Amino acid sequence: MNATDILIRFGLGLIVIVVVMTVCMYSVLAERKVSSWIQGRLGPNRTSIPLLGNIPVIGRFLTRLGVFQPLADGGKFLFKEDVIPAHVNKVYFVLAPVIAFVPALVTISVVPFGAYIDAATGAARTVILANVDVGILLIFAVASLGVYAIILSGWASNSKYPFLGGVRASAQMISYELSMTLAVLPVFIWVNAPGTPGTLSLVRVVEAQADWWFVLTQPVAAVVFIIAIFAETNRLPFDMPESETDLVGGYHTEYSSFKFGFFFVGEYANMTVGACVIALLFFGGWHPLPFVTWGDIAAWTGLPVNVGALGAVLAVGTFAAKVLFFLFFFIWVRWTVPRFRYDQVMRIGWRGLLPVAIANLVIYAILIALLERAGA
Amino acid sequence: MSTEYTFPDNAARSAAAADAPEFETEKLTINMGPSHPSTHGVLRLLLELDGETVTRCDPVIGYLHRGDEKIAENMTYNQFVPYTDRLDYLSPLANNVAYAIAVERLAHLEVPPRCQAIRALICEMARISSHLLGLGVYAMDTGAMTVFLYTFTEREKLYTLFEELTGARFTTSYTRIGGLARDIPEGWLGRVARFCDGVLPVVDEIDALLTRNRIFLDRTEGIGVISKEDAIAWGLTGPNLRASGVPLDLRKDKPYCGYENYEFDVPVGTKGDCYDRYLVRLEEIRQSVRIIRQIIANMPDGPWYAEDAKKIFAPPTDKILTSMEELIQNFMLVTEGPQMPAGEVYFEAENPKGALGFYIISRGGGVPYRLKIRAPSFCSLSILPKVAVGCMVADLSAILGSLDFVMGECDR
Repeated sequence: MNATDILIRFGLGLIVIVVVMTVCMYSVLAERKVSSWIQGRLGPNRTSIPLLGNIPVIGRFLTRLGVFQPLADGGKFLFKEDVIPAHVNKVYFVLAPVIAFVPALVTISVVPFGAYIDAATGAARTVILANVDVGILLIFAVASLGVYAIILSGWASNSKYPFLGGVRASAQMISYELSMTLAVLPVFIWVNAPGTPGTLSLVRVVEAQADWWFVLTQPVAAVVFIIAIFAETNRLPFDMPESETDLVGGYHTEYSSFKFGFFFVGEYANMTVGACVIALLFFGGWHPLPFVTWGDIAAWTGLPVNVGALGAVLAVGTFAAKVLFFLFFFIWVRWTVPRFRYDQVMRIGWRGLLPVAIANLVIYAILIALLERAGA
Repeated sequence: MSTEYTFPDNAARSAAAADAPEFETEKLTINMGPSHPSTHGVLRLLLELDGETVTRCDPVIGYLHRGDEKIAENMTYNQFVPYTDRLDYLSPLANNVAYAIAVERLAHLEVPPRCQAIRALICEMARISSHLLGLGVYAMDTGAMTVFLYTFTEREKLYTLFEELTGARFTTSYTRIGGLARDIPEGWLGRVARFCDGVLPVVDEIDALLTRNRIFLDRTEGIGVISKEDAIAWGLTGPNLRASGVPLDLRKDKPYCGYENYEFDVPVGTKGDCYDRYLVRLEEIRQSVRIIRQIIANMPDGPWYAEDAKKIFAPPTDKILTSMEELIQNFMLVTEGPQMPAGEVYFEAENPKGALGFYIISRGGGVPYRLKIRAPSFCSLSILPKVAVGCMVADLSAILGSLDFVMGECDR
């Protein structure tokens, strides 16, 4: 690997980080706007930037839309006083927000965003930063590091409310990781049929969904997985660790300024990754419709919609639309339902989701084996 | 010197293991409040937790103590009206009415039918306002933020109506001893009727969002159960008492303000848990709307103050400077206050939070010798140490929300 290659990789990484950060910032805006929409309010509609906001019609429209709000929010986090209370364990206290944020950014590097056919060579290309063969395993492994952020912040804060939040969070996230992983296994059993090269790559999962999306063939796994993702990202109805009304913010009670901002944005980064994985595993990735791929559309219409830059843009666009939909879904659920109690969350995890996930795995393993026997 | 060491046999070791706890555990003492989102004001709960389970709960009150009862002894009966706004500050109109009736009972004043009807009307509006907030905050405590915003939108409309009626949105001070501050404005009743038409769909929407919601049921059913006997023994009143299955409603049992003329049901719970308290409040909003519609349909004409009360009311400003009689009356009112006969009176009204009572001892003159306020929130809160033990931390916010107390009234 020469210097240019490294530079290109570096640049691509930077672009992805910037894009993910922007998505996170605007998810926060979306959260505020969608919640206000659900609740019959206006939401942020005042923040303006001197030059941009003064453009006759568009500036006013963007201001009303709240487009500049995330900048103001981010600026606020930057310029507020960063309080480190005297009673905290400084090293872990500072480390925790970083751990909250980094895994989400790392996992995004192995998420494939789309696929197209190279116009020159006719080979299939994937839009991805690092197409590692262990794909989903890497995502789970790195994402599960996120729980350390919460445990560390809860413990290092050396204060009672964060401590309770940290305990709740660690128990919850570890419990739901099991069901989440088990829900994904049938998908990979299906993808890794005998005779195919064994892989855990997400690209292959999407390719396997050219006809049947896995949400259609494995709805139970999809539901279990989505519920587990809600718990993993600490979103309502599973936002035990934060639960504003009894723990007043939980593990990040003692945090202020940009450290709090890291937790805050980290949550949305995790949500984004979660939405990506849901879309990839169960909702056909960058395929526009079940049974319809961009390749099919190209064959029907004769337009090169799966070739070159256009193909890449369309595929990534389709994928992005799905991710945005699931982000919206996360927000939608949050503003609709009440919150579970801590022990109820644990009960659902261990007595509800886990048995269902195991049963689902066993049934699908047998079913897939029978299908393959019949096919052979 | 012997270095012999005896190894305990298996039996002794297992016995020792059974005695010693698996982990060294200690209880966590934690302060909830006085500034905490689910304590609704400045209540402080001193909690002792075993993990997430509450083993002891001591409410520490008094953060909003202003000495209202002592203040009352140092001012005339008229001057105390604004202080009643600040008792249960979520239903100031109902407090105003309760205080006015108590003093009128002392002065043996009879208010005309129109005044009574208006008072009943504003009491029911205050009830809707208070219950809307109570339900919204309760839902928010269980995590359903949106319900809170829905109820607040409706409450906003009510406040606009209050503003039109009294000139203030929050601290209304609308009643006077022997009457009201002013008559209802032109066309106001129509706007109240329109509000009633608008609030019912919202109540139905809350119903649809919460009543059969699995999560909400999990959070409230069987939580914070108050038995019939306990509810009576702790002196609970209002919706909290009725949710425990005691059909006590002062509007039915000891009617005032002409409540006997209106048809309404008293919703009663069966189990006395958080869910029942929610259901009772939800139904009470519907019943209040029913009462308001009847009042509007039968609003009597006539004066809105008792004829005898003219000696209590401040005379018109222009008359004070031109007429001797009014000047003297104003002077007497300001310096000595309205003259009341000696005696004792206790009156309690069915306020949104429960029975708000005023016990007044008068030795004649314009100032009460002693004024005691029976605050329903204080009694509702007193049962907390009993209900909270054994529940989880998250249940506390549900219980606090369902008890629907106001610290302004509790601390007085």
